[in-house]
Amino acid sequence: MELLEKDLKKMGRLSFLKYSGLAVASSAIIMQSSCKKDDDNTEGINLGSGDTGILNYAYALEQLEAAFYTQVMASPYSGITAAESQILSDLQKHEVAHREFFKAALGGNAIVSLEVDFSMIDFTSRTSVLNTAKAFEDLGVSAYNGAGKLLVSSDYLLLAGKIVSVEARHAAAIRDLISPNTASFAGNDVVDTQGLDGAKTPAEVLGIAGTYLKSKINASNLPTS
Amino acid sequence: MKIIDIIEQFDSNTINTSEKKTRRETLSLFGDITKKMALTAIPGALLAAIPSVSKAAGNGPAAIVDVLNFALTLEYLEASYYNQGIASGVIAGADLAIFNQISQHEDAHVTLLQNTITSLGGTPVNSPIFDFTAGGNFTPFVVYAQFLALSQAFEDTGVRAYKGQAGALMANNDVLTAALQIHSVEARHASEVRRLRTKNGLDTVKGWVTGSSRGTLPAATQAIYDGDDILVQATVNIAGINGVGNDAATEAFDEPLTQAQVLAIADLFIV
Repeated sequence: MELLEKDLKKMGRLSFLKYSGLAVASSAIIMQSSCKKDDDNTEGINLGSGDTGILNYAYALEQLEAAFYTQVMASPYSGITAAESQILSDLQKHEVAHREFFKAALGGNAIVSLEVDFSMIDFTSRTSVLNTAKAFEDLGVSAYNGAGKLLVSSDYLLLAGKIVSVEARHAAAIRDLISPNTASFAGNDVVDTQGLDGAKTPAEVLGIAGTYLKSKINASNLPTS
Repeated sequence: MKIIDIIEQFDSNTINTSEKKTRRETLSLFGDITKKMALTAIPGALLAAIPSVSKAAGNGPAAIVDVLNFALTLEYLEASYYNQGIASGVIAGADLAIFNQISQHEDAHVTLLQNTITSLGGTPVNSPIFDFTAGGNFTPFVVYAQFLALSQAFEDTGVRAYKGQAGALMANNDVLTAALQIHSVEARHASEVRRLRTKNGLDTVKGWVTGSSRGTLPAATQAIYDGDDILVQATVNIAGINGVGNDAATEAFDEPLTQAQVLAIADLFIV
């Protein structure tokens, strides 16, 4: 693992992101209304620019996913099987791990905790929960795939790579719960004829994610190429 | 117990069925493979297949072509494996939709990588000749449990292999994005096959990799999972996050493999 060790050493030297001590996550996600930062252009929570902006973008998506699975596990739908509960519980832990990782890595540059809007999700319904999970996981995969080229640091690219494959593993598992033993886990609705998964721009992703957020995200300073 | 079951299954179906091996002999057979992997610092067959793989790293077009030829070699391996698997009839009928889909993706990856290499002015490497029995140790096209086991091994390897090369593709955004798009498809495959093995009672693995566990896969596959048990990411103690713990910390982040590590694994199946 010499590549990884080298990368982590380099990571340790990066100065523009200060790693704060890890904030211990409280059991419930903190939901505060969007406290407006003093942005230099428009309103909303500004993700920032450069690699910091992309990491905040990922942090925002991980907040959304973690909040969703936390609510799913706090009030599981009726008839949930042991196997489904195990998977959804794992997904909650993984997304909380991702969320807290970005929060700690960003330190003082981290955006605030986002306020979610899950009013269109019926948490008592298996169909509603699993279809939302599928949408979030597929969205996460396409978001990381599309953001890779926007990163300047190879260390951050590697970290994004470590996370995106886990999101893809999630997506396949959720899809298989919905349509067991079919091609759906990597269906033609997400993987094209060249065998490529989705890749979306931050604007495309935030347009979809915004449906589930009360907080307004300002991505105007993100790199676009 | 499961490991012994699998080994007995492998043993009773090995090519040399006339010479029924004892469990100890079978274990030592796997031991030999592992030893071969450890000792093979430079896998000869693969270096021949990828003439420029040992060149000094750079990030110009030639370096990108080298990475793509490395990826193409892995895709040849996967594509060949699934095409042979489907043709052999070993796959359970209920699971054919899954493997037809995976097979189509691997075929598409081969075509895409060949075309991309050519468009960059490079020459796609030829496919190596594969021996998925690894010298008579496996019979994946006869015993479905073995087919599933090697499928998982190849998919999990593919995920780690692409991840390890992303940094080397940063000079070309289009190629980098395509590689990431393949990478996540391999991860979808890996998750599905892992869960399928568990559903069939062959293992207890989840869709994600816990620690550095290979589950009930043979010892020869351990290199595919070594180093995947990292608890700290970029100085952040993931395992210490409230409600996460060691297992989820390792599951939440997949780790990369270097080209050399991947080639040592793939070389087991190259003639």
